[in-house]
Amino acid sequence: MSASTMAGSPNRAETRAIKRSPYPGWFFTPAAIIYSVLFLVPTFASLYFSLTRWTLFDSEFIGLENFAQFLREPFLIKGLINTVIYAAVTSGLKVVVGLLLAVMLTSQIVGRGYLRSVIFFPVLVSTVGVGITFTVLMHPTQGMINETLALFGIAGPGWLTDPNLALYSVALVDVWKGVGLATVIYIAGLVAIPQDYYEAARIDGATPWQNFWYVTLPLCRPATSTVITLSFIGGLRTFDLIWAMTKGGPGFASDTIASVIYKQYQAGFYGLSTAGNVVLFILIALLVVPLTMFLNRKQGHE
Amino acid sequence: MTKTKLIALMGASTLGMLMTASAVQAQQSGYLSILVDNGPQSIATMEAWAEAYKAMNPDVTIDIEVRPGGGEGDNIVKTRLATGAMADVFSYNSGSLFQAINPTQNLLPLTDEAFQDGVQDSFKSVVSAGGEVYGAPFAPAMGGGIFYNKPIYEELGLEIPTTWDEFMANNEAIKEAGKVAVIQTYADTWTSQLFVLSDFYNVLAEEPDFAEKFTANEAKFATTPAALRGFEKLQEVAEAGYFNADFGAATYADGVRMIAMGEGAHYPMLTFAVGAIAETAPDYLDDVGFFAQPGDSAENNGLTTWMPDSVYVAANTASPDLAKDFVAFIASPEGCDVRNEAVGATGPYMVAGCELPADVPPSVSDMLPYFQEGGQNAPALEFLSPVKGPALEQILVEVGTGSRDAASAAALYDEDVRKQAQQLGLEGW
Repeated sequence: MSASTMAGSPNRAETRAIKRSPYPGWFFTPAAIIYSVLFLVPTFASLYFSLTRWTLFDSEFIGLENFAQFLREPFLIKGLINTVIYAAVTSGLKVVVGLLLAVMLTSQIVGRGYLRSVIFFPVLVSTVGVGITFTVLMHPTQGMINETLALFGIAGPGWLTDPNLALYSVALVDVWKGVGLATVIYIAGLVAIPQDYYEAARIDGATPWQNFWYVTLPLCRPATSTVITLSFIGGLRTFDLIWAMTKGGPGFASDTIASVIYKQYQAGFYGLSTAGNVVLFILIALLVVPLTMFLNRKQGHE
Repeated sequence: MTKTKLIALMGASTLGMLMTASAVQAQQSGYLSILVDNGPQSIATMEAWAEAYKAMNPDVTIDIEVRPGGGEGDNIVKTRLATGAMADVFSYNSGSLFQAINPTQNLLPLTDEAFQDGVQDSFKSVVSAGGEVYGAPFAPAMGGGIFYNKPIYEELGLEIPTTWDEFMANNEAIKEAGKVAVIQTYADTWTSQLFVLSDFYNVLAEEPDFAEKFTANEAKFATTPAALRGFEKLQEVAEAGYFNADFGAATYADGVRMIAMGEGAHYPMLTFAVGAIAETAPDYLDDVGFFAQPGDSAENNGLTTWMPDSVYVAANTASPDLAKDFVAFIASPEGCDVRNEAVGATGPYMVAGCELPADVPPSVSDMLPYFQEGGQNAPALEFLSPVKGPALEQILVEVGTGSRDAASAAALYDEDVRKQAQQLGLEGW
């Protein structure tokens, strides 16, 4: 939106800059047209339609009614909370597990190349495919997970059918699928740490634990902030995995904002679902902008 | 085919049927595109109709396109209508969903077509808007109630229940015998709605004007005891632990298999499942019976009925005459014969002169008395009111899994319904 404000108010400095440029101004038009048609027009249209009751055939202006409705619905609020829980759980686990795997995979272990590809492999598989596969594995009575647990005399829970558990089960699958990417980012970060630090630490007689805590962890902070930002945004707007595994169910137990928006759209509440998208946009901006600023400021101090 | 035509002509008693039959005889030519939902029965029926029609009119080319059902199907139909890209003829729900596709603007009126004389008024009323009729029945009428497994009933010596208490007593006996009393299949969430939707005959029995008041925002599920009963019934069954162990993860297909093979004794469902049973477990078709969802009094026991889907003609079709002629063929006794041949009989037809074959499965013959003289039936709420909230199925899954009680579920549904009423621009919301 800030880009559009700038484009809409050409000041003298900009005009001068265009004159001085060796290329004629109309060189910008193809890009400008594509940008306006595919981004600016839909963005402003959706802002407008979020203020209407819209049937695709015609629309009636109702002010902020859709937003009031969206925030009043009990299961929409639940979706909001679930979204934040889901994003926090998945990005947290991806940081911890990703870092541990990366440390393991940068050390001298047998079959390192093989293990690296095995860990990265789930990233390459289609999300919907992963979702359907795990839905079968997590079936409460005939799923492989609970059948295996039964061999040890443990009665496995209804991973996706217990309302208290469903969201976390999906989050675990998300971690299984996405941790490979986090690991790769961490491996790159770890490899970039100069060996001098470790040599200095060894001379000072540091234990392996101290090595990890005081050298590795602080020096791979750029990797950490990348992983957190990527997986947190990914978690906030997650849809495909949830839809493939639970469709937000049982009931509304694993609804996230994205799945709630999709359901409103399915029901034909186009204005309401557009308002939901605006809420999602604002929520991501509100959570991610301070988070990135915080992470980047820390990075600057090091 | 000529023989069938002759029989149709001879059997024609009303003026409308005579006109339909003669319309069929006039040879048509041209191209027709058809959009149909991806239910195996829908595709098989539509293909059989297209084949039969092409045999009579060799110069006609017909393309059948398939779309998903459920919410995704709603999207496709609405979007294609809005963008003017709809097929010439398409199948879609009647009743409240029909009202949501803006029929007066998007569909071709079929009010004055000759075949409408043979179509039952109860069907016409659910495909009408702004004084015009837009559809023709795509399938036979359905009932919503409870399928039961006959061998289990015989083994335990149970009677068909006519009150809810008898039904619960049967469930208790079945559970004590170590069997699954009630099948629920929440992997397909829409199946969770049956206990509430099929209870509507009982609602109307106590509150005859509930539908009008509900549409006008004067009656609510949460504050009308008769309407709340449906939610309470689901809660009672859930709390008594009558469900199959995997009810949260079982699918509609699982449910159909379980009721046919006797892995469960009761499955609340619409009678179109007869077709699915015939498809997946044909050898067990005779093991499945059907009864209406019982109310609280035995004297007033009746069936909640569903009008079938309808076929419509898009307003901007390039060949309106051909499309109308094809729809007339579907809504003729010949069309019913073709359907009987293709997918078997699943319920009473909405077209005069259409006959069911003599050997219908027991689940269908159990349903027929409710439709005949002296039988009691009433339409489901979605055919009396355009208001149906989209979240009912999730709300009822919550009741079924024990995470919400009936009263708060009904209150939540009343809220959900408000959105739909506002979207439709109804008065009083």
